[in-house]
Amino acid sequence: MKSTRISSPGQLLEGSAGPIAAGAEPDQRDPSLAALAAQYGLTPSAQRAPIGIYLRELAHRWSFIMGFATARNIAMYTEAKLGQLWQVLAPLLNAGVYFLIFGLIIRNVSRGVPDYLAFLVTGVFVFSFTQRTFISTSKVITDSLPLIRALKFPRASLPLAYAMIELQQMLLSMVVLFVLVLLEREPLTWYWLLAIPALIMLTMFNAGIGLFAARTGARVNDFAQLLPFLMRTWLYISGVIYSVQQFVADHNQHYGWATTLIEVNPAAIYITMVRNALLTSQRLSAFGARPYNAAYCAAWAGQPVKPAGVTAAAWAHASYLVKHQPPTTRYPLSQYGSAYCHPTFVSGHLWEIGAGWAVVALLFGFWFFWRKEVFYGRG
Amino acid sequence: MAEPTVIVDSLEVVYRVYGAGGDRGTASTALFRIIGRKTRPAIREVHAIKGMSFVAYRGDAIGIIGRNGSGKSTLLRAIAGLLPAEKGTVYTICDASLLGVNAALLEDLTGERNVVLGCLAMGMTKKEIKEKYSSIVDFSGVGEFINLPMKTYSSGMGSRLRFAIAAAKDYEILLIDEALATGDAEFRVKSHERIEQLRDKAGTVFLVAHDLEEVEDTCNRVIWLDAGKIIEQGEDVIGIIDRYIDASGGEKVARDPVTRKRISAPEPASA
Repeated sequence: MKSTRISSPGQLLEGSAGPIAAGAEPDQRDPSLAALAAQYGLTPSAQRAPIGIYLRELAHRWSFIMGFATARNIAMYTEAKLGQLWQVLAPLLNAGVYFLIFGLIIRNVSRGVPDYLAFLVTGVFVFSFTQRTFISTSKVITDSLPLIRALKFPRASLPLAYAMIELQQMLLSMVVLFVLVLLEREPLTWYWLLAIPALIMLTMFNAGIGLFAARTGARVNDFAQLLPFLMRTWLYISGVIYSVQQFVADHNQHYGWATTLIEVNPAAIYITMVRNALLTSQRLSAFGARPYNAAYCAAWAGQPVKPAGVTAAAWAHASYLVKHQPPTTRYPLSQYGSAYCHPTFVSGHLWEIGAGWAVVALLFGFWFFWRKEVFYGRG
Repeated sequence: MAEPTVIVDSLEVVYRVYGAGGDRGTASTALFRIIGRKTRPAIREVHAIKGMSFVAYRGDAIGIIGRNGSGKSTLLRAIAGLLPAEKGTVYTICDASLLGVNAALLEDLTGERNVVLGCLAMGMTKKEIKEKYSSIVDFSGVGEFINLPMKTYSSGMGSRLRFAIAAAKDYEILLIDEALATGDAEFRVKSHERIEQLRDKAGTVFLVAHDLEEVEDTCNRVIWLDAGKIIEQGEDVIGIIDRYIDASGGEKVARDPVTRKRISAPEPASA
């Protein structure tokens, strides 16, 4: 027992300590302190490391990032009875909901899309990777405040770890996706390997926006409230549920700038990349997959009048095919006709744009997050 | 003159607390606040440190005393570079390490994962962790609970494990935040020994403690804080502690008039 422990100190007003207060703080506001620090090579403790050193520190913490991600992923479902099974069930249910609504109830959106179920599920899985990363990283700083206030480490580890959590979840979803796609009788081809670079780019992009969301969420608390609405808007303009190609065909004439915006938006780019890799139906119906044919393209898009420069016979033939081709046809024009369209933006540019988004997002996100490195402990 | 290791130059730290406002927190009050062009909703600034300067030298063991909320833990966090300064600067010779028991790790993960992750975050390699893992677990004394999530731990067990993790590394500047107040008698002895070891290796030690006898035994300097300001600091450890006890209305310590050692202390702190 310590007899001197003070259990409840009494009032202690400033200066009330009597004579001792006068001599207090002998070196307060000493202008020479900074000079002294410089003389002995002391550096500010809460100083942001230069970007090169910061990156090295971050690389040094890579096992922390991966360990943290794995541990969080395991802990996420420990309370549920089905446990880790939810990692597979969650994306399946997600796809099931969208299929129920857009595949069975509202049939119109599946118009002009071959193998709609595979198309939809791929889109949902790829988009939810980005969506989940964005939403979880917007809360990562607030969630980890105790850790931030206890240990010193490059804070960018945290949003990166959350991005890795979602990547692990995504890889599991991909396995589910492979099975679903094969069940849909899409052939297994070498093109599937293209999903790997697509996923790498998508992960880089997600890490970038994760870093951006982490700083924004830490500094502006309202961001987390707003985010679900932003994400839903993004979902609907990215061609997850409907075909961007159909949209472009419908509106290219009058709103060319809007369709281009929707086409180059990163979510649409990455979704299309993965779809073209896994789904032969998508690859064969992609814009530019066949030589240009104005009649076929217009007929597929459902245009009511004959486009200029097309002979009446060709137009009649194309319209007939779209309406009356027997269901046994290998590539019915009503669904694969988009391949004959060649708008300014075709799938050949996908990879360049996707790589560009990945690099820009990662560099900008990293720089943006690093700028406020010192302030994340404040809460 | 000895080499300075920590220089605190007119430091100010401000916490921003959300949701601390006086309104009822309904949608209508929020709307009126926006219409009335008042600033951020229910945001309150807590000025935890209001201008503080001092220099610590190699070999110093500095006790920081003061009542709850006087800014002791905040000062340590600012020295460790975990909290940004509003004004002023803290200069350190190298990264300072904060040894705290309040450092919550990841509550829904097992103790084992927390040990590994905590060590990784401190920058240890996997090999180092492998070497130190069993000694950390032994030291914490949580035994077979190490495989359970940390949220199932009693508060004493949790803080013992956190201390064990934080103390697994040797430091040059060591910041100890009430580490000895936790745990049972046996753990206190163990942790005291560990701190002594770390102190021998460390250049400078800061010790925050409510246990004034601990400060008296281990520190050569004392800084007395109140309401975010330094009331008194210096090498007259016993004198400052006695005046602090006086000012806070505590019971006077009986001291030998010549040696100024405590007379009533029933046992040495490191027993």
